[in-house]
Amino acid sequence: MLAQPQTVPPPGATAGGTVEASLVIRKLGKEYVRGKPILRDINLTITGRGVTAIIGPSGTGKSTLLRCINRLVAPSAGQILLSGTDLTALSRRQLRFARRRIGMVHQEYNLVERLSVIENVLTGRLGYVSAWTAFMRRFSAEDVAKAFQLLDAVGLGDFATRRADQLSGGQRQRVGIARALMQDPDLILADEPTSSLDPKTSVEIMEILERLTGDRGIPVVINIHNVELARRFASRVIGMAGGAIVFDGTPAELTDHHLAAIYGGESWLE
Amino acid sequence: MTRPVDISRQAFPAAWVKRAAWIAFGLYTIYALSTLDITAERFLRGIEQGSRLLGRMWPPNLAADKLDLLKTGMLESIQIAILSTFLGVLLSIPLGLVAARNLMPAWASWCGRSVIAFCRSFHHLIVAILFVKAVGFGALAGCLALVIGSMGFVSKLFAEAIEELNLKQVEAVRASGASFAQVLVFGVMPQVLPRFIGFSAYQLDSNLRNSTMVGIVGGGGIGATLFTAYQRFDYDFVLTILLVIIALVIASELVTGRMRRLFQ
Repeated sequence: MLAQPQTVPPPGATAGGTVEASLVIRKLGKEYVRGKPILRDINLTITGRGVTAIIGPSGTGKSTLLRCINRLVAPSAGQILLSGTDLTALSRRQLRFARRRIGMVHQEYNLVERLSVIENVLTGRLGYVSAWTAFMRRFSAEDVAKAFQLLDAVGLGDFATRRADQLSGGQRQRVGIARALMQDPDLILADEPTSSLDPKTSVEIMEILERLTGDRGIPVVINIHNVELARRFASRVIGMAGGAIVFDGTPAELTDHHLAAIYGGESWLE
Repeated sequence: MTRPVDISRQAFPAAWVKRAAWIAFGLYTIYALSTLDITAERFLRGIEQGSRLLGRMWPPNLAADKLDLLKTGMLESIQIAILSTFLGVLLSIPLGLVAARNLMPAWASWCGRSVIAFCRSFHHLIVAILFVKAVGFGALAGCLALVIGSMGFVSKLFAEAIEELNLKQVEAVRASGASFAQVLVFGVMPQVLPRFIGFSAYQLDSNLRNSTMVGIVGGGGIGATLFTAYQRFDYDFVLTILLVIIALVIASELVTGRMRRLFQ
């Protein structure tokens, strides 16, 4: 039942991180309302492994940028190339196959509350099976075994058959990470994954995300409000303000001067 | 310049239009009551006649031949109720989905809504009369009438339940590369299923009541027996039928209530 379109490269190309994925964004623009751009002329190249953190004030288009990459939001202009495939030019069907290569971790976890934990993790396999298989829960033995492994890896091995709405915030986000990894993605997008969590849990979640994606060589692009977390976990920091990139460098290069340029004003830095 | 009272800052401004509407409503109710010609004399006569009717009803008729009629009629009613609920709910699932404005393009949901509005526009009995003319007397006509009625009610509620979805959960499923059908299976269904079960249980409950009525216009079931008993002044048998209907409704209430809790 598993359909493969010709346009998608063989899955083996990225297995084990032998070929590193690259994300190239060219002249990306987005306006929800004509004449009021949210994103202006974004040019960005992300290659190799590691965590890239995008920081910037609320409403500056960080979320929109991430959502343009997996086309939950349709870009108004520009190109987004994932390992050479232009994501902005795909048909609906091709888009589905492209999306399964991009895992997403959401701010409010966005687990399907009434499904069990393991069902939520297996949601990451939907791009690979038919609707009927999904309805009957006839996932392959490998998929199920992998889901259990991932749950063990995020420390929720005993919670597999619990309903997602019984979990705490930190536990839910662990399931969210397992779900994203279940897709065998070439890239993970994380949209404010820690901003609904307490400081300690935030660090734990970031550690899990860093460790599990690092092991697998999956690059992560993460929107984050917490500058300290960004400095601690990211190898590259991108600062956005007013829908444009105003800083791009290593955490060490990020100074108070830059932060003032990104967020505006100085008084909050003291 | 300071003013003692700033009239632009009243917290509860007088709503004259609303007040006028309430007054008009009250006046019309009084007028309508006056046309009903309710007098003390008529009221007393009504009580007297009512007591005579109740007197003729008691004790309920439990003769073997009557109980036989009752059993056949009730069984047919229950069958009509279950069958029409099953078919009605089954047809309501796609209809409700098509009518949901958050998952469907505007033209599709507009079509879905029109079909629902059409199903809802007539009372069960009127639809039953049409089907009696179309397919003849009997349970089929009543069943079809209740299928239409169920579709009108259940699919409207289904559509509303789908419109109240948590779209973030749906978006997460979509972002994983799921097809539309898979989004329905993994993102939409888990969220709405408990409510669907609740609506279906409620519809079964109300179809059990409706199915005792379609017989009055020839749609099969206990209604025909009840109507005949009324016309033949067999009030003691009427009481037997009414008591059994009450028992059925209470029983269905208990069963469907349990069903709803099971799927919470």
